[in-house]
Amino acid sequence: MFGNFDFDVIARALPYLFREGMVFTLTLTALSALGGIVVGTLIALLRLSGFRLLSRIAALYVDLIRSLPLVLVIFWFYFLVPYIGQWLTGAARPIKVGAFASSLITFIMFEAAYYSEIMRAGIQSISRGQPAAAQALGLTYGQTMRYVVLPQAFRNMLPVLLTQTIVLFQDTSLVYVVSIPDFLGAASIVGQRDGRLVEMYLFAALVYFVISCVASFGVRQLQARIAIVR
Amino acid sequence: MIEINHVSKWYGPLFQALKDCTTSVARGEVVVVCGPSGSGKSTLIKCVNALEPFQQGKIIIDGISLTDPKTNLPKLRARVGMVFQHFELFPHLRIIDNLCLAQEKVLGRSHDEAAAKAMKLLERVGLTTHARKYPAELSGGQQQRVAIARALAMDPIAMLFDEPTSALDPEMISEVLDVMVDLAREGMTMMVVTHEMGFASKVAHRVIFMDQGEIVEDTPKADFFGKPRSDRAQKFLSKILSH
Repeated sequence: MFGNFDFDVIARALPYLFREGMVFTLTLTALSALGGIVVGTLIALLRLSGFRLLSRIAALYVDLIRSLPLVLVIFWFYFLVPYIGQWLTGAARPIKVGAFASSLITFIMFEAAYYSEIMRAGIQSISRGQPAAAQALGLTYGQTMRYVVLPQAFRNMLPVLLTQTIVLFQDTSLVYVVSIPDFLGAASIVGQRDGRLVEMYLFAALVYFVISCVASFGVRQLQARIAIVR
Repeated sequence: MIEINHVSKWYGPLFQALKDCTTSVARGEVVVVCGPSGSGKSTLIKCVNALEPFQQGKIIIDGISLTDPKTNLPKLRARVGMVFQHFELFPHLRIIDNLCLAQEKVLGRSHDEAAAKAMKLLERVGLTTHARKYPAELSGGQQQRVAIARALAMDPIAMLFDEPTSALDPEMISEVLDVMVDLAREGMTMMVVTHEMGFASKVAHRVIFMDQGEIVEDTPKADFFGKPRSDRAQKFLSKILSH
């Protein structure tokens, strides 16, 4: 069945696929994960704070984001961000936001909702005696979180956070809806140009599979190494 | 040093955990709080450090009221050491860092200064060789001694102990009590929730007996062990001293 396949097309496209496509995909994944974890931690802290209004707003945000398909959010955001920017800055015209910036903001906002739930579970897994002991030593709420609760929560949750990041790595391929040449987008451009879509999609699937598998294996190794002994 | 005036606390609208508790601990005094489980003794000592809120009454530490909105609670807590039933060492930090964290972040000591102080206190509780270990590598008794050293590193004006030996295996209780007895003999102001009547008879000046959220008895040690006035205290003593 592979008789009609032309795998040569892949070899010729490799530099473009990896130097442009994969670099974009990995950059978007790394920055989205970083931003998502920071914003997600803040949302988790708001949700667990004693202020009912703040925690309700945070909960609403998480529920809202989690009930929307990611593709739709990417799509809408790409068209809306220029107008939101215009509204915020009071500019005369819609602000020009590059495809990269727009998709990065989308992914950070979207992933923050998922990361915040992971962090919330992580923070709640720390026994109440820990913050009590920290406060008894005179640490403020902020110091208690920063030096005692969050480091432990992060360590407990790191495997889950990384697994979520692997999902994010796959999800970044959805930026194709706004015609961004990420890895999958690049593969599809080459495939359409050369009329070799099947080969290119097969190759893209293989690459995503290998990277995700290796990463999952790495997470499992890490999990065994960093577990805090109690 | 510690004044507790008519303190009442409710959990929810129905359950009253503390009923109009009034007592005090003078400078250099060692006061043991005992009573059956659920009597509110742990709740009371947590209120003294403002770890538990209370709805009525006043607690004044070294002239500063806990409930005064102007009081800087973290600052006040830093001056009162607290030791917990379950040690509550920070499991992600080495022993030495457990002792240094609050010295550096709260008191603003340099790392060298904090570490020197930490080593001195670890020597005092006999654990210098464990400084680089993590809490989980130590036995319960050792962890509790580290917890005492961690509290002492802040140069507290008073120490609160919330059932410090209740979670320990019997053979480890005495190593912790020894440290506490030394502290008491050096004149540290101490409020100790415990069932260790041996400790109470050795170093306590006063014994407070609580039952159902009330301070039933608050007497000098000799009177308490001689003949407690209330039936409830007599019953409690006969139960825990019968073996």
